[in-house]
Amino acid sequence: MTDQEKILNEVTDNDYKFGFHSKIETETIPKGLNEDVIRLISAKKEEPGWMTESRLKAFRHWQTMTMPDWAHLQIPDIDYQDIIYYAAPKKEAKYQSLDEVDPELIDTFNRLGIPLEEQKQLAGVAVDAVMDSVSVKTTFQDTLAELGIIFCSFSEAVKNHPDLVQKYMGSVVPYTDNFFAALNSAVFSDGSFCYIPKGIRCPMELSTYFRINTANTGQFERTLIIAEDDTYVSYLEGCTAPMRDENQLHAAIVEIVAMENAEVKYSTVQNWYPGDKAGKGGIYNFVTKRGICKGDNSKISWTQVETGSAITWKYPSCILKGHNSVGEFYSVAVTNNYQQADTGTKMIHIGKNTRSTIISKGISAGRSQNSYRGLVRVLKGAEYARNFSQCDSLLLGDKCGAHTFPYLEVDNRTAIVEHEATTSKIGEDQIFYCNQRGIDTENAISLIVNGYAKEVLNKLPMEFAVEAQKLLAITLEGSVG
Amino acid sequence: MLDIKDLRVKIEDKEILKGINLSVRAGEVHAIMGPNGSGKSTLASALAGRNYFDITHGKILYEGKDLTELTPEDRARAGIFLGFQYPVEIPGVSMVNFLRAAINSKREYRGEKPLPAGDFLKLMREKKKVVEINSDLTNRSVNEGFSGGEKKKNEIFQMALLEPKLAILDETDSGLDIDALRIVANGVNKLRSPENATIVITHYQRLLDYIVPDFVHVLYKGRIVKSGDKKLAKELEEHGYDWIKQEVDLKA
Ligand SMILES: Nc1ncnc2c1ncn2[C@@H]1O[C@H](COP(=O)(O)OP(=O)(O)OP(=O)(O)O)[C@@H](O)[C@H]1O
Ligand SMILES: [Mg+2]
Repeated sequence: MTDQEKILNEVTDNDYKFGFHSKIETETIPKGLNEDVIRLISAKKEEPGWMTESRLKAFRHWQTMTMPDWAHLQIPDIDYQDIIYYAAPKKEAKYQSLDEVDPELIDTFNRLGIPLEEQKQLAGVAVDAVMDSVSVKTTFQDTLAELGIIFCSFSEAVKNHPDLVQKYMGSVVPYTDNFFAALNSAVFSDGSFCYIPKGIRCPMELSTYFRINTANTGQFERTLIIAEDDTYVSYLEGCTAPMRDENQLHAAIVEIVAMENAEVKYSTVQNWYPGDKAGKGGIYNFVTKRGICKGDNSKISWTQVETGSAITWKYPSCILKGHNSVGEFYSVAVTNNYQQADTGTKMIHIGKNTRSTIISKGISAGRSQNSYRGLVRVLKGAEYARNFSQCDSLLLGDKCGAHTFPYLEVDNRTAIVEHEATTSKIGEDQIFYCNQRGIDTENAISLIVNGYAKEVLNKLPMEFAVEAQKLLAITLEGSVG
Repeated sequence: MLDIKDLRVKIEDKEILKGINLSVRAGEVHAIMGPNGSGKSTLASALAGRNYFDITHGKILYEGKDLTELTPEDRARAGIFLGFQYPVEIPGVSMVNFLRAAINSKREYRGEKPLPAGDFLKLMREKKKVVEINSDLTNRSVNEGFSGGEKKKNEIFQMALLEPKLAILDETDSGLDIDALRIVANGVNKLRSPENATIVITHYQRLLDYIVPDFVHVLYKGRIVKSGDKKLAKELEEHGYDWIKQEVDLKA
């Protein structure tokens, strides 16, 4: 082993901090997927008939589809009949107060740093906590309701705001969109719903925390954010899962609708269990996230820090329909050991003067594979559309791979599209330089990696930027080079 | 302070250092000169703890301890500073963050609390004056896009900030204009004290007019073949290395 490899191994050898499993009494349905299972899920959630029908329609369509194979990923065969599609902490009910919640469950979220008691939370952050298939607790609902903001679990929204759900669900990501979107539309469990009425700036960060707990269970969450005219909301999503030898499937859909002058900032810190050092176990993270800038002058901004999951397949996208609308994608994707990530974005310019920015920072270590895949499409009518893309890759060691797949489709001559890409390596001499100033190798890597990802980390809400920095360091711990 | 005893170093089966003996006491300044490729930077690297090569023989004692048992970062924390011949660029890492991490790791090693941000910035301002370094440089990423001379000045700035006991300056004078040379030399002289020692590696006697050495050594083919006082540097300036090379090669 060369020195470089030795250091590399040291820094990338680190254990997943969130790998514990909580002993919570759980109700699950039998493994397998068919129309009866879908009816059962819908019944468990006490859904109206239209929702059940919508699920069945998606399921029938899904059966005609095959898994996409164009990504730079090696995905082992998934037996969709070997997955549990519904798991919920027992005593579920609708918790009105925290007293009704299983203490073990409260403890779980405490250990994850997400206290469910409002007074213990970060000031200015409302949380929807989702465990397996159900939302456990949404905080600060009352405070937000005073402004007319609806922030609740998706299941509640189906019951209490059926008109909004029916109008917007599937309007950005239809069930026909892709294999995983169809699957999600058939079996989705829970997630968050958020509605910002006209003229309101949401005064606090909204956030959803997803936790997979039960074995052999898939998580299929669904999130819908609607921002009416002249609104602003910043939304954050976090997630973790226990360490298990088997792979678990996570296939989510997030839809965002931004009306005139609305701005939606969506940040993700994705830290699903990545599998062990030999590549055993871990979450398959197959996610469809898309927002539409429907109104003029609207803006949707995606920021993601992706450190977890065995396999990530994810392209948060913007449809820039309104004139002068703006789409942004800021991403840091870290892969280590045997992780694989194929992630990027799509920016579809439809309206005039639409602008998009893509900043992607890939970091690969170990034997991982990290790909950026991005589409910039400028339609005929998108006069003076502008895009700037920058895709950087940083390699730690020489057994990992970094790939860039940019696609450009420009049908308007006034459009300006720029693409820059770089690949660099953390050099042994850079680390030695830090060492010689007294900085140990782990801190050196963390300094260098955070410096590299700074542009993206700066886009995260303050409280989370610090967490994300630590997470980057932890993910790469043991992996210098 | 530093005792190097019969140090032999190999890089990929090639012996680069063939038995170096050198003693440096507190308060002294030693100059090491010698033709290109003679092993000067290799010696500096061995002291700093770079290990792409093997120490096959000999000992390095620093303050009585075996230096080879310390990691590079611990050597730095224990007061060894290397001014690099070729300082590396670290894109994205600001000078401020870098130096704060450096200072605080040294403090932690000594069991001290991290320096409060305000005090740190004050210290930076003070030391910037010492080396007359442009304010703008310290707002940038470590060495990124710095000119050759700026990189060298930046090394001295870091030295001033970290206040080492033993500073090894590897050709810090190369590529400096006359004014910068004076500034760098001033920086070194200001740091000079009875408790500290400096090893300057240089090709030019000019630097030694500013930093007056107590000893001058000539390194040739991996050995110290001649030692003397500052007059030796003058002789080398006038006559080159040929006469020494001949002496050595004749003996061999
Ligand atoms: N990483 C390396 N791999 C192989 N050979 C090396 C390596 N580093 C140094 N050498 C060799 O060791 C010898 C001594 O190099 P060193 O850099 O110590 O010389 P120097 O005296 O500092 O020269 P200069 O005055 O040019 O800076 C040279 O022949 C050089 O080619
Ligand atoms: Mg040299």
